[in-house]
Amino acid sequence: MKLTVRVWRQKNARREGRFAEYEVQDASPDMSFLEMLDVLNERLIRQGEEPIHFDSDCREGICGMCSCVINGEAHGPESQVTTCQTYMRSFKDGDVITVEPFRAMAFPLIKDLVVDRSALDRIIQAGGFISVTTGSAPEANSIPVSKYHSDLAMDAAACIGCGACVAACKNASANLFVAAKVAHLNLLPQGGPEKDPRVLGMVEAMTSEGFGACSVTGSCEAVCPKGIPTSFISRMNHNFLTAALKLRVHGPRG
Amino acid sequence: MKLNANIPAGPLTQKWTTHKHEIRLVNPANKRKYDIIVVGTGLAGASAAATLGELGYNVKSFCVQDSARRAHSVAAQGGINAAKNYRNDGDNVYRLFYDTLKGGDFRAREANVYRLAEVSVNVIDQATAQGVPFAREYSGYLATRSFGGAQVSRTFYARGQTGQQLLLGAYQALMAQVSAGTVKVFPRSEMLELIVVNGHAKGIVVRDLIGGKISSVMADAVVLATGGYSNVFHLTTSGGASNVTALWRAHRQGALFANPCFTQIHPTCIPVSGDYQSKLTLMSESLRNDGRVWVPKNGGDKRPADQVPDNERDYYLERMYPAYGNLVPRDIASRAAKRVCDEGRGVGPGGRGVFLDFRDAIKRFGEDVVRERYGNLFEMYHEITNENAYKTPMRIYPAVHYAMGGLWVDYNLMSNLPGLFVVGEANFSDHGANRLGASALMQGLSDGYFILPYTIGNYLAQNQVKRPSTDVSEAKRAEQAVTERLNKLLSIPGKRTPADFHKHLGRILWDHCGMARTEAGLQQAKQEIAALREEFWRNVIVPGSHDDLNMALERAGRVADFLEMGELLCLDALERRESCGCHFRTEFQTPEGECLRNDAEYAYVAAWEFGGDGKPAVLHKEPLVYEEAHMAQRSYK
Ligand SMILES: Cc1cc2nc3c(=O)[nH]c(=O)nc-3n(C[C@H](O)[C@H](O)[C@H](O)COP(=O)(O)OP(=O)(O)OC[C@H]3O[C@@H](n4cnc5c(N)ncnc54)[C@H](O)[C@@H]3O)c2cc1C
Ligand code: FES
Repeated sequence: MKLTVRVWRQKNARREGRFAEYEVQDASPDMSFLEMLDVLNERLIRQGEEPIHFDSDCREGICGMCSCVINGEAHGPESQVTTCQTYMRSFKDGDVITVEPFRAMAFPLIKDLVVDRSALDRIIQAGGFISVTTGSAPEANSIPVSKYHSDLAMDAAACIGCGACVAACKNASANLFVAAKVAHLNLLPQGGPEKDPRVLGMVEAMTSEGFGACSVTGSCEAVCPKGIPTSFISRMNHNFLTAALKLRVHGPRG
Repeated sequence: MKLNANIPAGPLTQKWTTHKHEIRLVNPANKRKYDIIVVGTGLAGASAAATLGELGYNVKSFCVQDSARRAHSVAAQGGINAAKNYRNDGDNVYRLFYDTLKGGDFRAREANVYRLAEVSVNVIDQATAQGVPFAREYSGYLATRSFGGAQVSRTFYARGQTGQQLLLGAYQALMAQVSAGTVKVFPRSEMLELIVVNGHAKGIVVRDLIGGKISSVMADAVVLATGGYSNVFHLTTSGGASNVTALWRAHRQGALFANPCFTQIHPTCIPVSGDYQSKLTLMSESLRNDGRVWVPKNGGDKRPADQVPDNERDYYLERMYPAYGNLVPRDIASRAAKRVCDEGRGVGPGGRGVFLDFRDAIKRFGEDVVRERYGNLFEMYHEITNENAYKTPMRIYPAVHYAMGGLWVDYNLMSNLPGLFVVGEANFSDHGANRLGASALMQGLSDGYFILPYTIGNYLAQNQVKRPSTDVSEAKRAEQAVTERLNKLLSIPGKRTPADFHKHLGRILWDHCGMARTEAGLQQAKQEIAALREEFWRNVIVPGSHDDLNMALERAGRVADFLEMGELLCLDALERRESCGCHFRTEFQTPEGECLRNDAEYAYVAAWEFGGDGKPAVLHKEPLVYEEAHMAQRSYK
């Protein structure tokens, strides 16, 4: 396949960026999108030019590291796949492909297609965990969990933290990411005791990190590589309201 | 050098308990006076850093990815073993211990493996309490499944994402400690040197990958949890950033490298499709629970799978190993696949593939059940190959997957360099010459949650020297060496890219040091690697600078270390003139083509000391003395 790739190039956060165009002569339909960029990068390096910087690690759709907007869509044209699991068979010979970074105020650009998503880590630090000191756990089967709740918690826990939901949202909201973690932990009996501070803390962190409000367009669900549904957002809103009310009635100590 | 494994005295079943009573503790009020560096945030590193933080130590945690949650542990699919015996099928600590020791072809340290099996049950409790959504039965209790090399069902799993879910558990515990102020995480930071002061590991040199800043970080102890080095083979199931740099730099500073030739080839990966390929994708071993492996009986049979009648199919694993069938350990399944392909019976492009067929499972349980068990793996297979495995069998072929070898550690998980601890896949660990499926996650978390946090206290309590400052000459020299090396890499006016060298190295190793190894082939590989390394330092091209994000430079540094380590791998394979587990020397095989071990001469851990640039490494041997188990000939027939 012959392709034209228009890529966002920006040396670092301090410099201005622009699109650069490259011809790729020898793409194969069985290549992954990132392997196509690898081939292009090999050529650039041989010419003494800096390669196009993009993030990736596992290249099997699970680590959440890859993060490109391809032809305007976070993670590209196929639904429920990451950039690294996008294959060139999804494109046609002669296509012009535009590649951009995940753009959001809370994701400052580092270089080319690489952005800083550490805001997501900070949201987790604000309550996205169950406090159980190593060694204090009870025997695993001492708390049965219904298969329904456990499966639902797993559906939410499948989030890979890539941030595509943010990149796709016109408000750059991280609602789906936060909702998935809140649901994962709040659905399980083990997560019960910290249910309220968790949702309050995480939502507050999301706002202070500069993520916008929910745009209610569902664009997040549409690009989510793991198909996390927006119904988790409704669940989070419900959790949040209950927790906020309790806080008003009973004060911070519940 | 005398290697002392520091195995506690007493009966095997009591060693760990006794040891925990006997080792020294650090007073809780004093813990915050100690700084501990943990390099790596995979299962081993994240669990260790979080637990050390909970105990009150000051922890600094480093990783190369942009978030701790993305360490390559995230990719583990299949499951984690534990001797819970929830199925009442005869499992217990001793059986898990023995299966692991036998699976490793009796080349692991007995006392460590027993402790691992013992601690395994706590790992499941801990993870469940953290909210890891393990698969459950309708009763609400935890589900298990079977994995290779075991006749009991002891593998816990979370859909096809066991690694990601366990890692999230550990990562979330880590984030909780960050918010508690005990741990500071430095993502996108690469350790490029170990700092040794008066013989003790006291710090590391790191490069901030974004701004390029090189700095020393000092501590009272250093923990390496940097994962495996299998990427030395280039095409593997590991993530792109997996590397040997941290281990190799420590090795060059005096840490012994143990059993580097014990590398595992996983039988069920998606075959290579082209020269541009950047990695190989594993199809979880759990698929062998329900998938049946076969090739056509006759070579050159090009009919589509569904047109080959049953009597013309060779379900070779079931035929050769009736007792374990499709669930034989990985080394055996991989070699069998190679053998049938060498006979010309392989399927798919180039004839390097075998079928993994779900037809019978779908017939027996229905497509829904198969989808429920393996849905995401089938999807992943479809994304990569564009084939529907519910309709046509998967094509699979072995690929490099795991490194059993790693830095030598004693029973306390401390290397021969005092103060340097090594956990997870990075140590030479508990898996001998072959790791059983679902045992790496178990080991990483056992090391990090339940073993290291005790044993590191023992070291700290006994070595109350003041932590050196970053001004000591050892730190300055290390920083300078790192900078010089980066400058050197950037200044070579070469023509070949780092990735190209990496690919070339991988080809040499795969051809001569892969599933079958010979004396002549290994000699040749050693020479070719030395020549390639020499070429690298005059013909590599690395654009850009080192004061900016520069992924070509990162890659070049890692490849440079692989080029040194690869040679040691071949040397170790050469010196081990026996076959055991994944190390198959064609000269040493039974009449049936199985491994022929030589316990009289090779029942030892090969621990290599760096001999200096251009000088051969020096071999030290830790004899494997078994107090309880008996080194038997492995049989899965
Ligand atoms: C595809 C796949 C599937 C698997 N499935 C299973 C399974 O089902 N069951 C099972 O038991 N095992 C499985 N394994 C094996 C298991 O996942 C690994 O052995 C284990 O997770 C390794 O954990 P770790 O913590 O030792 O290292 P890793 O998770 O690899 O973490 C390494 C860490 O070190 C950091 N690092 C590395 N070098 C440096 C450096 N120089 N400076 C700073 N940081 C550095 C990395 O950033 C990372 O944080 C699988 C492995 C793969 C590849
Ligand atoms: S590189 Fe890991 S999800 Fe894409």
